[in-house]
Amino acid sequence: MKILVKGVGVGGLTVAYELLSHGLDVTVACPEGLAGSASWCAGGMLAPYCEGEHAPKIFEKLGLYGIQWWNNVLPEDVVRHGTLVLAPRRAHFELDRFAARTKGHSMLSADEIATLEPDLAGRFQRGLFFISEAHFDPRQALERLMIRLKQGGVSFIVSTEQEVLYDFVIDATGSSRLPLDRNLRGVRGEMLLIRTKDVHLSRPVRLLHPRIPLYVVPRKENIFMIGATMIESHNNRLMSVRSMMEFLNAAYALHPAFSEAEIIETGVGIRPAYANNFPRIERKQKFFFVNGFYRHGYLLAPEMARRIAHLVLHAESENEEL
Amino acid sequence: MLRLYGQVISSRLLLGTAQYPSPAILEEAVRCSASNVITVSLRRETAGCAEGNRFYELMKRFRTYVLPNTAGCSSVKEAVLTAELARDLFKTNWIKLEVIGNQDTLQPDVFALVDATKILIEKGFEVFPYTTDDLSVASKLIEVGCKVLMPLCAPIGSAQGPRDTGCLRAMRASFPDIPLIVDAGVGRPSHAAMIMELGFDAILLNTAVAKAEDPVKMAKAFAQAIDAGRLGFQAGLLEPRDIAVSSTPVIGQAVFYEA
Repeated sequence: MKILVKGVGVGGLTVAYELLSHGLDVTVACPEGLAGSASWCAGGMLAPYCEGEHAPKIFEKLGLYGIQWWNNVLPEDVVRHGTLVLAPRRAHFELDRFAARTKGHSMLSADEIATLEPDLAGRFQRGLFFISEAHFDPRQALERLMIRLKQGGVSFIVSTEQEVLYDFVIDATGSSRLPLDRNLRGVRGEMLLIRTKDVHLSRPVRLLHPRIPLYVVPRKENIFMIGATMIESHNNRLMSVRSMMEFLNAAYALHPAFSEAEIIETGVGIRPAYANNFPRIERKQKFFFVNGFYRHGYLLAPEMARRIAHLVLHAESENEEL
Repeated sequence: MLRLYGQVISSRLLLGTAQYPSPAILEEAVRCSASNVITVSLRRETAGCAEGNRFYELMKRFRTYVLPNTAGCSSVKEAVLTAELARDLFKTNWIKLEVIGNQDTLQPDVFALVDATKILIEKGFEVFPYTTDDLSVASKLIEVGCKVLMPLCAPIGSAQGPRDTGCLRAMRASFPDIPLIVDAGVGRPSHAAMIMELGFDAILLNTAVAKAEDPVKMAKAFAQAIDAGRLGFQAGLLEPRDIAVSSTPVIGQAVFYEA
């Protein structure tokens, strides 16, 4: 059975990997390269509990499967150090609210925060620790996945005109589908990469704020990713000054030493989402469309990939919605 | 029946559309609360390619009046520009005018508010000004042509509820014929009921519903509280008294003394 996967964001590459691991003949169409997708600008937090704050119950289970999948496939990339959630003193009520809406956490004192993240010692009175969450560098994950696929014999092609040659075509082209799928909407996200040797973090830190909740994710080579805005728009113009100010404020609130960091990149991604902010698989004959990952591509792509592989292997099935 | 700039409004609950867990939950909250007016904020960067914005398209499908707002604007020029973008996009002259004067408290800049109101009314807008409970500001806004006022009762999103009922009472008494909609600071249904008991015409909510654990249920709770408060106001409330007044006649009854 020959399968064409369109799209090299996290949705496309995970489904290609899943199909390859079932021994299928997979080709990936990637006209623009890895850097074009929303996945390229992602935070890379595998945080089913934190993200469960405003997601349906099933989310947690699917997200835990996501962590497990990445840990199996890319064990060298996944960092299982949990997530730290902090709030400035004036927003401590946000911590209580967040704690009440989420599971899988413990409340930390100032001393416990200092033990986990020595550089944050004395800066925060209370925090929440989500011990079983994880993170990784999403770009590195995509690149490695691509290498694995190539090693497994998957060819990456530029053109997608030869769809007739394939038994199944899986469309994971994300926001490119906006003009074709009226139910899909774009949610703009902006992010910033900065570099400094003056601050060390071992895990993602989420900074709660009643208006502008943001996070800082440590990466290799003293790089930190700060993200991400959530703007109901498919406008992909460059980052706005307002968003940049919010990011820099958040970084500075977390640790003033960030003010000396170099700004190495700003990024904008358009996350595709359906009205319920949950991904969907639709089938039209030999075409499968998987889309609507919203801000949860890395967490939910493994589950959607598993479902598509199941559908392809067992064929006969209708549209599937999570 | 509530009338806002000539339009009959069937519900006294107006809903903001930001911060919901998903547009699907927002839609359900609007439907279940029977809210008839939703406000939509227009950010400049979204407006940049507002045509084809699916979130706005969804709002237009709700079968409610859309009251676009200028949330986040902090100057007259910015607010006027945003209002014009909103008019093009939503094909309405209604605009909820917010000009923020303080980024920490999100209090309105009442001077800029009056200036922007003047300009917008000249351009044919029907302005719903987000204002304080200050009576002289309210008078100015009415002078320049506002036919609705939207005072705050506490800072936006603070969920504190009415902080100064004295001011709210004075406002109601001073402007008996102007629809008064409390726009910000309401946290729980009892707050909404209390404000409606003071004779306010409607309440606009966003955070209290959107950030509730179950926004749909909370929207219903507010809708009921607002109806109850309104009915209570219309029914004529008893004012608190110092002495107990028995509800059953005591004349002729034996008086018992406990040993």
